[in-house]
Amino acid sequence: MVTLSEKILGAKAGTYVDRQVDRAFCHDGTGIQAKLVFDRIGSPKLADPASIYVIYDHISPANNSQTAELQAELRDFSHKNGVNFMDIGSGICHQVMAEGLVHPGEVVIGADSHSCTLGALGAFATGVGASDMAGIWISGETWLRIPDSIGIHLSDVLPAGVEWKDLALSYVSLLGMDGATYAALEFVGEAAQSVPMEGRLTLCNMAVEAGAKTGLFYADQETARYLALYHAPVDTQVPENPSYVRECFISLLDLEPVCAVPHRVDTVEPVTKLAGTPVDQIFIGTCTNGRFEDLKRAAEILKGHRVSVRTIVVPASEGDYLKAIRTGVAADLIQAGCVMGPPGCGPCLGAHMGVLGEGEVGLSTANRNFKNRMGVGASYYLCSPSTAAASALSGEIADPREVI
Amino acid sequence: MTALSGSGPAVCIGADIDTDLVIAGRYLRTKDRSVWAQHVFEDLDPGLAPRLKGAVLIAGKNMGCGSSREQAAVALREAGVLAVIAPSFARIFYRNSINVGLPVIECEIPGCHDDMNITFDCVDGWIAVDGKKYFFRPLSSRMQEILNTGGLVEYWKRRLER
Ligand code: SF4
Repeated sequence: MVTLSEKILGAKAGTYVDRQVDRAFCHDGTGIQAKLVFDRIGSPKLADPASIYVIYDHISPANNSQTAELQAELRDFSHKNGVNFMDIGSGICHQVMAEGLVHPGEVVIGADSHSCTLGALGAFATGVGASDMAGIWISGETWLRIPDSIGIHLSDVLPAGVEWKDLALSYVSLLGMDGATYAALEFVGEAAQSVPMEGRLTLCNMAVEAGAKTGLFYADQETARYLALYHAPVDTQVPENPSYVRECFISLLDLEPVCAVPHRVDTVEPVTKLAGTPVDQIFIGTCTNGRFEDLKRAAEILKGHRVSVRTIVVPASEGDYLKAIRTGVAADLIQAGCVMGPPGCGPCLGAHMGVLGEGEVGLSTANRNFKNRMGVGASYYLCSPSTAAASALSGEIADPREVI
Repeated sequence: MTALSGSGPAVCIGADIDTDLVIAGRYLRTKDRSVWAQHVFEDLDPGLAPRLKGAVLIAGKNMGCGSSREQAAVALREAGVLAVIAPSFARIFYRNSINVGLPVIECEIPGCHDDMNITFDCVDGWIAVDGKKYFFRPLSSRMQEILNTGGLVEYWKRRLER
């Protein structure tokens, strides 16, 4: 009768609790704003520096001296206060936190909307703004309303050429941009346990695009296998007949490669319908799809060929980058003509390293295609890494099933 | 201090307005809060910013979806918006607004047009539109307290003094 959110937060849906925060993280963009709020409050003592993480990913390395000065200020603050500080090149905050720092059952708050990514590990993870983060620095806790939960039941297996990203875009389109506002999504059903961790991270990452407070997978054998790589202990969780306010049943066999079309993430069309749409730039990366496995799938398609449109690849973390180098995936991508950026958000937020020009069309593996986000007057489509790679070959949106 | 009740002309915007549209990513990296108010809604409609002072913003559903940037709520407050009314809000924007001292009200106002005059009262939970009254659930006492003190900064200052 209890949902995973209710179990972790220890109260019933709809009630409010003050909860101790096990891990609180922010990035260069929100972190400096939290620091400014903290200063305005009078710079009190931090409740628990060991639980605080500051991770540089958004504009990394800095694009101009103004950014550099703000980053210097937060870097200095982090060192002085003894919080966990990860400088440029470490990777995207959500991915860095997923690499052994977050454990099942924890309460994790990030000053970034995609903090819901970490629900993939069976933690209760959600995003807040800068002032809330400053409040957590001071008190070590925050107030939360326990969300209702929506059950997403998965069955069967993914067809070849179809990816977890296609499922993510499909469920967002099914629910709509505000279809899950304030609720938590729980991914359950016989196929949930067979979703690899990289897929779970992709699926939970996009929960906020349907307005959800978080997305969750129950910690199971796959969670244990994954966290063992980081020597982190795992207590597995099992669904206790949770009561859902809404349920969706998705057979993975019914899915196909899709794109979200400009400028709404919930407006999704099959790639077969969009095939032939010319694009000016392709971007493979982000907290949704910049992991090693994503790069590897792209490299499998691109190896031995040459891209016919500019293609930017940005690994999600230092670990993903190193793996791509050690396995030859990075070399395959570079030989195919891709440009590799340092680990981080890259062009995702439209601040640097691949901003689109007026009238240009981009194809990206990111999670959001809001108007003007990646460049004023540009439009762009969202897709899976395989679709991005297949499209890079021809310079037009292309079906990955035709090239694998 | 934030006024928990007030009155002003309506400024109507659409549904699913994301925080990138409230304040674009290219203006985020600064300490100068007035920059955000200057560029508020620039990518949605550059004509909106000068009309926000003393106005009540009426949005469609899912107001403030997208990024967690608190600058979006700060931009509206600094631009002089008295309150934001929408049938539903994205939760981070909702929280951020309270935290920066901007009243947010979950209520549907049908047929929004810019000549309407809006009066709101967050303590008793009602809105009057050209004489017609709409009711909503009053904000929780904690939210009222945060707003009353002027936002989370003042709230924390007081809490730490106690
Ligand atoms: S990769 Fe994009 S969506 Fe993810 S945290 Fe960075 S800017 Fe946000």
